[in-house]
Amino acid sequence: MEFNKTWQDMLEQLKTWARVNSPWAIHFNSGSCNGCDIEILATLTPRYDMERFGLKLQGSPRHADVLICTGPVTRQARDRLIRIYEQMPDPKFVIAVGSCALSGGAFQGCYNILGGIDQVLPVDVYVPGCPPRPEAIIDGVVKLLEQLKAGYQPAARRSGVLRPVPVPVTDAG
Amino acid sequence: MTAEREPFRIPIGPQHPSLKEPGHFEFSVDGEIVTQASLRLGYVHRGIEKGAEQRSWVQALYLLERVCGICSHVHATAYCLGVEKLAGVEAPPRAQAIRSLVAELERIHSHLLWLGVAAHEAGFDMLFMHSWRDRETVMNLLEGITGNRVNYSANLLGGVKCDIDQRLADAIRAGLDYLEERTQHYLDVVLNDALFLRRTRGIGVMSREDAERLGVVGPTARASGVARDVRVDAPYAAYRTLPVQIVTEMAGDLQARFIVRVRELFETYRLIRTLLDTLPEGELTVRIPRRIPPGEAISRVEAPRGELFYYLKSNGSDQPERIKIRTPTLPNFASVLVLTVGRQLADVPMILAGIDPCFSCNDRMVAIHDTGEGRDRRWTWEQLRQHGIEVYR
Ligand code: SF4
Repeated sequence: MEFNKTWQDMLEQLKTWARVNSPWAIHFNSGSCNGCDIEILATLTPRYDMERFGLKLQGSPRHADVLICTGPVTRQARDRLIRIYEQMPDPKFVIAVGSCALSGGAFQGCYNILGGIDQVLPVDVYVPGCPPRPEAIIDGVVKLLEQLKAGYQPAARRSGVLRPVPVPVTDAG
Repeated sequence: MTAEREPFRIPIGPQHPSLKEPGHFEFSVDGEIVTQASLRLGYVHRGIEKGAEQRSWVQALYLLERVCGICSHVHATAYCLGVEKLAGVEAPPRAQAIRSLVAELERIHSHLLWLGVAAHEAGFDMLFMHSWRDRETVMNLLEGITGNRVNYSANLLGGVKCDIDQRLADAIRAGLDYLEERTQHYLDVVLNDALFLRRTRGIGVMSREDAERLGVVGPTARASGVARDVRVDAPYAAYRTLPVQIVTEMAGDLQARFIVRVRELFETYRLIRTLLDTLPEGELTVRIPRRIPPGEAISRVEAPRGELFYYLKSNGSDQPERIKIRTPTLPNFASVLVLTVGRQLADVPMILAGIDPCFSCNDRMVAIHDTGEGRDRRWTWEQLRQHGIEVYR
């Protein structure tokens, strides 16, 4: 570290270091056929073992740095998706896994589909495939981590949309 | 006595740490005991049935395969069998055998997947990791046959698109030998592991009468002694010449559901070996017209989770007029809402996992349980439309 760095910079560097070494992820299925979900689970199991990159899948959005999304966004799931995203602490990153999450995939044109994840949230990494192989998912995660090391700013910050889309108030529970 | 206490409500979902798919549950509890359970589905409702009507018969196949990623092959099989019935053609015997073969491999993958997930619910992550490691064997085989790990697209209207040669057959046999040995170990765990038994024995007991009354299907029903299996009751594809032995258990508790599924794996290995030994020679496909003659057809197949039902209607054009799908998880869900009442809250995840729920299969429609008011809410079409517009704007 250089001498003339301010404390702020040093703190940032420390935070990046920590983040790159152990990002915590949360998974949300906003309408997928669960083909992608089982492949994400498979990345955690012995043959692929994503945890060796420090990435841990866990339950609460409040502890997560990375949101892994699968499936197209259905009208029902949109609000939940946004709510989960907003509960995550900043900076946060979004990985869209599967053709559906990229564009709506096979479900394009169905009445309950809004399209890909990027219709709703700013996405950092796109992993194509129906479903992507576990290797591809791991590659997506590793690419994100490498970018982070190089000082990448989350898509949300770059586009200046920290609050994605105003959440309509519903009483639907 | 003070005024009656409001029951404490615990909402779970749609994003929750255990299951990977969204569903919303609400449990009323008194202390640790569940007094009421309700369920809200529909987060994965994508409008597939309607979407299929806007596609041609061939395109709809690929959409319907994506109803569920775990049992995509049975969806495609049910659809193809239905369309073939409508068109008055029959797939060649070799195609039928390969259909059944892939379906049985899919059953292995699904049951091992379930075993892992259910073990994870019980806090037994070791078993989770082991069964998923072994599952990779069958994923390899499926990939070898069809070229994809999930959503294999083995079916075509009028046949299948992949063949089994000698090399593949040998690979499958070798894979089965390994899996059989491992399954023996799992059976041992399920039957004898002391910690595991404390989470499964005597929990979520469903009597035979209840199982029949609730109309549960698949392994959930067979664990309560109801010998119900479409492969036997209404044989299709290669099962017409291949007798299947139904595995049943009488206990009806969670342990029985584990035992039934693990024992079914042995039966599946036997079926696959027989299929490989008796694979008929011949063509893989027959020609099928692009326009399907008008009519209605029903087709039923046995998915890993139970009976899968397709209703197809054609008006003579190259697009389906109506497709209705009824997946096995839907009747099984009713049993969860009944079985959890009176149990510890901590048992709920296990009871839920016990039916092997599949939400994306399930979300064909939304049921509103209005538990609070004790009366049915009926809406006119106009009100319903208005509600839809307000909610989603
Ligand atoms: S990309 Fe394919 S596997 Fe993934 S959710 Fe969509 S349809 Fe399913």
